[in-house]
Amino acid sequence: MPDQNLPRIVEFAQLPKSPTGIEGLDEITEGGLPLGRPTLVCGSAGCGKTLLGIEFLVRGILDYDEPGVLMAFEETAAELAANVASLGFDLVQLQADKKLRLDHVHVDRSEIDETGEYDLEGLFIRLGYAIDTIGAKRVVLDTIESLFSGFPNEAVLRSEIRRLFRWLKDKGVTTVITAERGEGTLTRQGLEEYVSDCVILLDNRVIDQVTTRRLRIVKYRGSTHGTNEYPYIITEDGISVLPVTSLKLEHKVSDEVISTGVADLDGMFRRGGLYKGSSTLITGTAGTAKTTLGAAFALAACQRGERCLIFAFEESPAQLLRNMATVGLDLQPFVASGQLRIEASRPTLNGLERHLVTIHKLIGDFKPDTVVIDPISNLVSVGSLSEVRSMLTRLVDFLKVQGINALFTALISGERGQREMTEEGISSLVDTWIHVRDLEGVGERNRGISILKARGMGHSNQVREFLVTEHGIRLLDVLVGPAGIITGASRLTQHIQEQAQILAAEQEAERRDRELERKRRVLEATIANLRTEFESVEDELRRVNSEEQERYDTQQQGRRQLSRSFSAQSPAAPNGSGA
Amino acid sequence: MDEETWELRLYVAGQTAKSMQALANLKSYCEQHLKGRYQLEVVDLLLHPQLAEGDQILAIPTLVRKVPAPIRKIIGDLSNKERVLVGLDLRAIGHL
Repeated sequence: MPDQNLPRIVEFAQLPKSPTGIEGLDEITEGGLPLGRPTLVCGSAGCGKTLLGIEFLVRGILDYDEPGVLMAFEETAAELAANVASLGFDLVQLQADKKLRLDHVHVDRSEIDETGEYDLEGLFIRLGYAIDTIGAKRVVLDTIESLFSGFPNEAVLRSEIRRLFRWLKDKGVTTVITAERGEGTLTRQGLEEYVSDCVILLDNRVIDQVTTRRLRIVKYRGSTHGTNEYPYIITEDGISVLPVTSLKLEHKVSDEVISTGVADLDGMFRRGGLYKGSSTLITGTAGTAKTTLGAAFALAACQRGERCLIFAFEESPAQLLRNMATVGLDLQPFVASGQLRIEASRPTLNGLERHLVTIHKLIGDFKPDTVVIDPISNLVSVGSLSEVRSMLTRLVDFLKVQGINALFTALISGERGQREMTEEGISSLVDTWIHVRDLEGVGERNRGISILKARGMGHSNQVREFLVTEHGIRLLDVLVGPAGIITGASRLTQHIQEQAQILAAEQEAERRDRELERKRRVLEATIANLRTEFESVEDELRRVNSEEQERYDTQQQGRRQLSRSFSAQSPAAPNGSGA
Repeated sequence: MDEETWELRLYVAGQTAKSMQALANLKSYCEQHLKGRYQLEVVDLLLHPQLAEGDQILAIPTLVRKVPAPIRKIIGDLSNKERVLVGLDLRAIGHL
């Protein structure tokens, strides 16, 4: 017995679900709508309730081979078919193929008089007949609340609607019921009381003149689900819900390193560049050459032979090309060859989600290896920071999953701005964060670049001054002065001072050389004098010596003579008197 | 004098009490006011569900006056005679 029960438990662990086929919705609902049960989709006018319903049916037919019935209380079959034709849904053909049945229920109170008791068995029969003729698995009731305007007896209506949902459940069809949003309640007529399995709320919000649509799953009995508000958009391909959680952090990583487009900047990274497929954020105050850095990155990508896509939210493509050409970044040939594409649009043109979809779509079409978005901060003008953040999360995720090198620039205002960006967590999304800023000194501004973070790579901690020259961006060598790193005019001053010091030192050395020479000469002169003096003394002494010797000799001679003569005749007088 | 034949159609779903009630009520009114110049067709939607769509039937029972134009619909078991006659515009015909 336990052996028999075991598989059953496993089977029932997950509520059976019916995939909608709507992009993103199945991820949020973790598989789709509850199979064989009614789901309420409510929202205000213009949210795309009907579209969601129709897409649920059409995708069911095309992707899952589940025929569907659409019971429309507001629009006729022809109107509906025309409305969704632009999305590529051919309802007429689907009807002809006996995959879809459209039943327009027309309720006009002026045509109907009420006398006595009744029920809505007719509706059941119609629906039942429609379901049975094509073997429908999916049913959409759009918008059943219209009945309330057609039938005066609300008590009967409510009990009949309750019975209808029960009946649909028993029939085992997955049903979507759309309803208009009420004041303070999910639906005007409180339909949520009857549909308890799954309630999806669509919201259409206008913030600062920009519409953003959001979807939230209010409840989903017997299943976990995403609880956030998920932005969605209505595109040429139908509804697209963008779950933030699409990234499961499973994307592949590359060990390959690519250039930032600035050789000196590459040198600041230990491995000589950025990892391929990583995302980079360049933040900076106004006029700190963020766009130029972005263009350099794009140019480097093109030169590597990659396809590159630039989203410019500030400049037109022509202006961007011209401006970058003046700093030696010639992108024109790559644009001409189709390798580089510049998409320029005003951020306020669309809501954030629309931007995201446009970006998705273009990336899907163009298949770039490198994407530059300049600047993402302009999007803040469209939505709040938190919205921008959620959009960027999704964008970064998307690019990462595709393995696209991404570079974003962001305008921030001073230190405060930097903190804001950090608070919004944008920094945590990107792998590398480069910060450019004004180094404002006395009477001048210089640009400094530093790397705030680089995941998985050692990097320089220095703030390097850089110049935007006619040949691109050039980083200057680090010059350390007495009070830290020196830039701009101080750098120049320092340079001049150093030159002066060198000159002075040279002069000093020369002076010392001359002094030495003079001393040497004096010494030599003195030596010469002394030698002369010595020589004269020597002469004198020699002379005295020789005279002495002479005298001595003479004396000796005289003495000898004397002794000789003395021995003979004792002559002693002449020498003896002289001695 | 418009002696046009009235065409009435009563939609029911099976032999329910409400449907029987409605049919009985209708017959009695017609005998009183339209004797000899009416056609009454009873459609059981359980047998012919495809017919529900044509006349936009939701409620059961529904009485549809096809002729004379315009089409009028009366829902319920037709127990309120006054309202049925007003709804069908029968009184006017009856007076003429």
